[in-house]
Amino acid sequence: MLVNVVRFGLIILVKLLVGAQARRVTSAPSRTDKSAPNLTSKSAQSIYFTNHSSHLDTLALWTALPAEIRAKTRPVAAKDYWGNGRIKRFIALKVLNCVLIDREQLRDPLAPLIAALAAGDSLIIFPEGTRRAQAEPSDFKGGLYHLAEAFPNVQLMPVYLDTLHRSMPKGSILPVPLICTVRFGDVIYLETNERKKAFLSRARDAVIALI
Amino acid sequence: MLVASIIGWTLQSRLRQQQNPSDKSLKLVANLVSRVNAWWVMIAVFAVAFLAGKIGTIILFTFISYFALREFITLTPTRPGDHRTLFLAFFLLIPLHYYLIVIEWYALFSILIPVYAFLLMPCIAVLAQDTEYFLERAAKIQWGVMICIYCISHAPALLLLPITNFAGQNALLLFYFMLIVQLSDVLQYVFGNLFGKTKLAPLVSPNKTLEGLVGGGASTILIGAAMWWITPFTPLQSAGMAMIIVTMGFLGGLVMSAIKRSIGAKDWGNMIQGHGGMMDKMDSVSFAAPVFFHLTRYFFTP
Repeated sequence: MLVNVVRFGLIILVKLLVGAQARRVTSAPSRTDKSAPNLTSKSAQSIYFTNHSSHLDTLALWTALPAEIRAKTRPVAAKDYWGNGRIKRFIALKVLNCVLIDREQLRDPLAPLIAALAAGDSLIIFPEGTRRAQAEPSDFKGGLYHLAEAFPNVQLMPVYLDTLHRSMPKGSILPVPLICTVRFGDVIYLETNERKKAFLSRARDAVIALI
Repeated sequence: MLVASIIGWTLQSRLRQQQNPSDKSLKLVANLVSRVNAWWVMIAVFAVAFLAGKIGTIILFTFISYFALREFITLTPTRPGDHRTLFLAFFLLIPLHYYLIVIEWYALFSILIPVYAFLLMPCIAVLAQDTEYFLERAAKIQWGVMICIYCISHAPALLLLPITNFAGQNALLLFYFMLIVQLSDVLQYVFGNLFGKTKLAPLVSPNKTLEGLVGGGASTILIGAAMWWITPFTPLQSAGMAMIIVTMGFLGGLVMSAIKRSIGAKDWGNMIQGHGGMMDKMDSVSFAAPVFFHLTRYFFTP
């Protein structure tokens, strides 16, 4: 009950603050569908990977997803930020249903993600690992590749979040309301024999293409 | 409104029955229908706010200013050095400015933004010590704040005017003003689509035509004159006021189009289906409201 109320309130708040409008951006002309966020076939399990520039990123992307997809999608969040403090912990674990990862832990930090994917959930991940100040994402870390390798049937959807680096730049705790368009691109997959470096730069290009 | 809805729906169902309707007419009718639907929503929102009284109306305009400024700043390039200024503009200046209407402190209401915000916003920005494009950034933020907060707020500020022989009826004057502004937009759009030939400013706004302006403007002025009985004006004065609203609204629409073009956008946003963003709907309001407010204040208050 409380969780649902907070969830609803959070969605309203995010919409009032940054809009978080979903938009499908696709290179296939026949499928151009600007408004309807019918992102994937509904049952398809996905990993949404996106640029990371502010603390609002997770909330904006989570809000932009259609309700039935949102219900099965778990944001991946850093334990050192979201795991601190009772309110943040409540929002991360109960409201957003986050998968918390320990950035300090060196041995197998991906284990909780693999468990979530194995359970059939979709994930929201930030392959840069940390927030950046600029509009363009920096180099991706290897996690996305390892997940793609372990789950070749899960579709990988590039997402670009604009304006959030201006709304709440790194180091600031006060948000400025700017309209954020959450752009969903064309799904990619790990190709057979594709090298890690080549795949990661292809994935990054897929996000940059949405700018 | 009802008539417009019925026309829209019949046109749409007729087009659907046709074998191969042209793309252009389909688009036009779809746009018409979504505009009309958005109108219904707007009317519902305004009706609820008006029924809630003065406070409800002021809260409604507070949100309108908030959404308009959000669109304006989203499309305006700013730098991290503006962050604190912008936060205060949204979360301190907007509530404070509208609060002054609630407590009817006219003297401060009229200078809060042109004097205090004008001076203090660059003072806050300069502390971030980012001199890159400093003048441009300060000027653009100032412009957005003036248009989206100060100018738009002159519509609900009509509620605080002590108009001679009109006590307790100011909400009607606000209704009159909003009706004339929006009618002017709609009728210019309708006349422009039906008879439009001579483009007035093709480089700024290709949809604005002489026929649209004259036809839409003249019929709005006639309706304005006929509505004199809900205003403190005589029929002739009411026609004159409507003419000023039409003129300022038209020019305001042009200015805001030029600004959109200079920053490379087609619409301010897509909040209101068929209409674009909040600012696309409020551009004429923001230019007409202060002039209408002051003319009423000069000539119809003691």
